[in-house]
Amino acid sequence: MIETLIFLVLTIIKIGVVVGVLLLIIAYLMWVERKVIAHMQVRLGPMRVGWHGLLQPIADGLKLIFKEDIIPTHASKVVFVLAPVIATVPALMAIAVIPFGDTISIFGKSIDMVITDVNIGILFILAVTSVGVYGVILGGWSSNNKYSLLGALRSSAQMISYELSLGLSLIGVIMISQSLSLVDIVDSQAKYWFVILQPLGFLIYAVSAIAETNRCPFDLPEAETELVAGFHTEYSSMKFALFFMAEYANIITVSAVAVTFFFGGWRGPYLPPVVWFLIKMALCIFFFIWLRSTYPRFRYDQLMKFGWKILLPVALLNILITGLVIILL
Amino acid sequence: MIRPLIQGLALTLKHFLNPFKVVTMQYPDEKWTPYPRFRGLHELQRDENGKEKCVACGLCSTVCPAECIELEGDENKKGERFAKTYEINMLRCIFCGYCEEVCPEEAIFLRQDYELASENGKDHIYNKNKLLVPLKKKK
Repeated sequence: MIETLIFLVLTIIKIGVVVGVLLLIIAYLMWVERKVIAHMQVRLGPMRVGWHGLLQPIADGLKLIFKEDIIPTHASKVVFVLAPVIATVPALMAIAVIPFGDTISIFGKSIDMVITDVNIGILFILAVTSVGVYGVILGGWSSNNKYSLLGALRSSAQMISYELSLGLSLIGVIMISQSLSLVDIVDSQAKYWFVILQPLGFLIYAVSAIAETNRCPFDLPEAETELVAGFHTEYSSMKFALFFMAEYANIITVSAVAVTFFFGGWRGPYLPPVVWFLIKMALCIFFFIWLRSTYPRFRYDQLMKFGWKILLPVALLNILITGLVIILL
Repeated sequence: MIRPLIQGLALTLKHFLNPFKVVTMQYPDEKWTPYPRFRGLHELQRDENGKEKCVACGLCSTVCPAECIELEGDENKKGERFAKTYEINMLRCIFCGYCEEVCPEEAIFLRQDYELASENGKDHIYNKNKLLVPLKKKK
């Protein structure tokens, strides 16, 4: 009885810490992105609000809270309000199975640095991020706006197409580590990081992840210069903020999965494991931002062609090669 | 195909690693000095004796494409013409410089002041005596 209670309290503390840190990171990721993209484009980012714009996310948050919350006239009210929630919650939920560090022991009790060690970890993550696509479609459809609907359809078609190659590229890693649980995958990278054993898989994963999260150069569905703003045209105030948060939460989830699968998770010498995890994730996110500031967008048909005709066969090829190597060695 | 992609990334990385070389001018702290022929706020001229050069001929008002100049002429005690009232509506003015080109007395020039914003709509009718500066002791 007391064991269950302790377990419950520990889990709640872990959830609290992770969600708190996550929300902070999401808010300041906006600042980091604006500053990094600005410097890469030879300009300064926000400089006025606070020292070098550090209070900018707070200013943006306050502004969004005070804006008028508009629901279009013939929009389906329930779906309209639910859609941002359906987009955001799965993105945050997927962090629940990612291991941040090794088992630590406090007061003689050993605590795993992961909220729950589900033994089908990666399946959980893939399933949960797929639910996030519903948020996009429902948002676009319930806005009662042709252009939002088109944007939503494009965006969700893109997301589900690239989910295929995302999942397939991870199968190579799973074949090597023989387990779906993320903790086991990190443990089996003790000798070599999987990026060395699966370079093709990593490349496919990287491209699919960028397309999955609707980031540049694959961000046509939410591009500001076409389709007004895509599926979140009619959203104002906090609902818009939720969609924004969902996008950044997706980026963080996908980077965390990349770090766990290909870069050895929290493994590393000298520094504490959590620090290594954060450093690696920061580098992944920096790479996302770097891509955004450098490349122009794909046109939608180029995007879909690339996903179905190139990435999917290459992902299957990767699985074939990995299987052959495992059998022959 | 891959090389241009890598070159693009290298270029942005190079910019990122030089955070002090930016092209942004942080406005209220660093201002831009316009070129000598920049067409900004108007200025009515005086001659060496301090008399206004403008004789209220009305050419500037006629040629103005935005119809923003209104003036009334009068004669002073010596019989010379001058402009009794001269108003430019800065909200209509497009700063084209035609009034400067057409003036036969070379009495109006467009100078370098471009910070003309105001929160009060009435401030935008620039009056001869109030805002067409500097009229006192200026050549």
